[in-house]
Amino acid sequence: MASKKRIWIVRDYLKCSGCRKCEIACSLFHEKKIWPEASRIRVFMLVPGAEVPHMCVQCDDYPCVKSCPTEALSVNSSTGAVQVDEAKCTACGICISACPGKIPHLHPGNNRILICDLCGGKPECVKVCQEGKWNALSTIKRVGWSDSLKAYCRTPEEITRELVVNLYGEKGEELI
Amino acid sequence: MRGYAGKFLEIDLTTQKTKETTFSEEVLRSFIGGRGLATKILWDRLGKQWEAIDPLSPENILLVLTGPLTGFFPGGRVCVSGKSPQSNGVIGSTVAGEFGIDLKCAGYDGLIITGKAPKPAYINIIEKEVAIKDASRVWGKEGKETLKILTKEARKELSEKFRQYGELKEPSILYIGPAGENKTRVAGVMAKWSHAAGYGGYGGVMGSKNLKAIIAKGLGPLPEVANMERVTELMNKVCKKCYKEELWRRWGTGAAGYSVGKRTSSEPIRNWQEEWHDEKSYAVDKFEQRLWIKQYWGDFGCPTTCLKIAMPKTGEFKSAITDNPDYEMQAYLGPNLGIFTPEHNVYLSAFIDDLGLCGIQAGNVLGFAAELYQRGFLTKEDLGGIDLKWGNVKAFAELAKKIATRDGIGDILAEGSYRAAIKLGEMKNADLLPYVVHEKGVAIGAHGIRSTKDYTSNISYACSVQAGDHTSVAALPADKRGEMPTIVEDSGVYCSFNTFAIDEDLTWDFFEAVTGWRITHEEWYQNSGLRILQLQRALLLLGGPDCKWDSEKDDENPQRFYEPLPSGPYTGKTTNRRTFEESKQEYYRDVGWDEKGIPKPETLRKLGLQDVEARLKVLHILA
Repeated sequence: MASKKRIWIVRDYLKCSGCRKCEIACSLFHEKKIWPEASRIRVFMLVPGAEVPHMCVQCDDYPCVKSCPTEALSVNSSTGAVQVDEAKCTACGICISACPGKIPHLHPGNNRILICDLCGGKPECVKVCQEGKWNALSTIKRVGWSDSLKAYCRTPEEITRELVVNLYGEKGEELI
Repeated sequence: MRGYAGKFLEIDLTTQKTKETTFSEEVLRSFIGGRGLATKILWDRLGKQWEAIDPLSPENILLVLTGPLTGFFPGGRVCVSGKSPQSNGVIGSTVAGEFGIDLKCAGYDGLIITGKAPKPAYINIIEKEVAIKDASRVWGKEGKETLKILTKEARKELSEKFRQYGELKEPSILYIGPAGENKTRVAGVMAKWSHAAGYGGYGGVMGSKNLKAIIAKGLGPLPEVANMERVTELMNKVCKKCYKEELWRRWGTGAAGYSVGKRTSSEPIRNWQEEWHDEKSYAVDKFEQRLWIKQYWGDFGCPTTCLKIAMPKTGEFKSAITDNPDYEMQAYLGPNLGIFTPEHNVYLSAFIDDLGLCGIQAGNVLGFAAELYQRGFLTKEDLGGIDLKWGNVKAFAELAKKIATRDGIGDILAEGSYRAAIKLGEMKNADLLPYVVHEKGVAIGAHGIRSTKDYTSNISYACSVQAGDHTSVAALPADKRGEMPTIVEDSGVYCSFNTFAIDEDLTWDFFEAVTGWRITHEEWYQNSGLRILQLQRALLLLGGPDCKWDSEKDDENPQRFYEPLPSGPYTGKTTNRRTFEESKQEYYRDVGWDEKGIPKPETLRKLGLQDVEARLKVLHILA
């Protein structure tokens, strides 16, 4: 359904500096404000050092889109990103429960759902991360192994549980 | 007002009541926020009885203030202040992290905390909902454990309160460790694991208020600014400049533990008996290759991310986690204690963080104790059986724990090196002051002045209103360098490490884009900035109740800084008393103080500080 030029944002959590410039860039682009909780990408830090930039992975089967009772969610045909029809969204939160990673979240200022729209194909978050040479986020051509990409759709807690072990070894298990 | 959330929150821990308060545009333009506003609040509310107020009593005020630039200028921080139990003056002590961002997003520019909670408590600010909660389950707990428990609970509360929102980011938390709970004067206010507002001793102030932690979570945006497009442009400009600062980006200050010893000969070694070393075992490559598990680590909006995360993966000190350690920790918890093994330094830094001790103040007092041990003033028996030999990392950890818990000799050392020297001197009937490297009760940062090769100078500490604080050194000329530019950063409340490549105009451009106020060089250096400096100076001179500083006697370097350097390329070099006196007088003239270092009546009057003049006269500080 989507074009062959689709991108995917690779997330290399171990390289995330925790600078949260992605949140700043995302909210400036979409909200014209610096608004961490209204950013479509949010850096969770449940354990210091284990920063998790958390945003939509564009699952092949789009459980969020399927779950929406008002057809407010659809898939952008060129980017594959989930798009929100704000007029139709009732902020019921059903898509949040449908998402294996609980990635969609409500806009804290008005009642509608927030999901990464890939900025139309040139994500601002990736841009700032690359400018700073952290390389925690980078864009690749979306690979065919979509089941593996979907596997990245997990809650901040689940991701953190594994990251802390990678970072801190056995000690990591005690920290969360 | 732009850049400000517009409200400050007052919390009286004694009555458990809270209320919102505001400051006029005139006050905010003059005092900005953070350190400047803290000084103003403290002068207004406590100035009349300043010298009688015990900083560790319920009468003190604990301030946690952001600034208008917090969250906008790259590198977010928050400023902690109050009457300092170290200097008995005011210190604006800033700590990195997202706390200031969360607070502003919750709608508050700062917290004014008074009184004392009847039992261990923490303050919980979730959006506009403020609660004072029972902290007994985390009281006594060390840093990592405290943060883990509070983060979990706060996340649970968030998910219950805002169930429909989905996952919300964790709140930001400031807390104290046992060192703060036990009201030591060497405790920091902590954030994350290793971030500390260390200078000032405000961890002990929190402890004296029975306040274990402050949690903040905001869901809103940062406040409206005067010109968002311009702010964005300036943010990018600052970031681009910082990206070119490869030294700070790659190594942070973590390369300095070797270089400041080897190259500039200004690193504390064995309690400043030396300032030079060429221990290649301690060079940054050892830290980087063996211990750093994250190369770039930082806080909200930071382009530099100068922190690292370090952890030994094998051996006896396995799993001790700290950030970096940065230069100050490398020096004070390394060579200053005769430690030249990176693993030992990381272990001790992590240990000290977890106790909630300030690494500089604690490292200084540990070094002081070890020198007393070296010279036979303190015995193994005095130390409760600890063999405090240079380099004995476990002994230092053991003593640090005694300090944090005020156990045995730790009870005296918990007062900081200066006060401990007086007390121990009385007990031992000896003059121990020659071995204390402090300025007005504040341990001096790890940048010596004798070699003259560091950024510091002979008046750096002696004339600073924040005394030993190496991030707020006095310098000449006062209208270009030194404390007044520092007060800009500490009051706007952002990280000074992102300002190294920034010129003054860009700073004022940033203030204008955020607040709409065009502050000029003259306005700051002849008016607002100078006013804050005079107020801090006045409060430092008022001091009390346990120590008072006589500027004629106490605007002075520690005795050790007049001893010749015993080793290295600058062997024999020391501070010249005559040159120091000249620089000091020149500085006094620059900032409008008389030859004794007292703000002149005309200086005070010009700044509208007649009330300060009157107070200084009543106390005969001014003739």
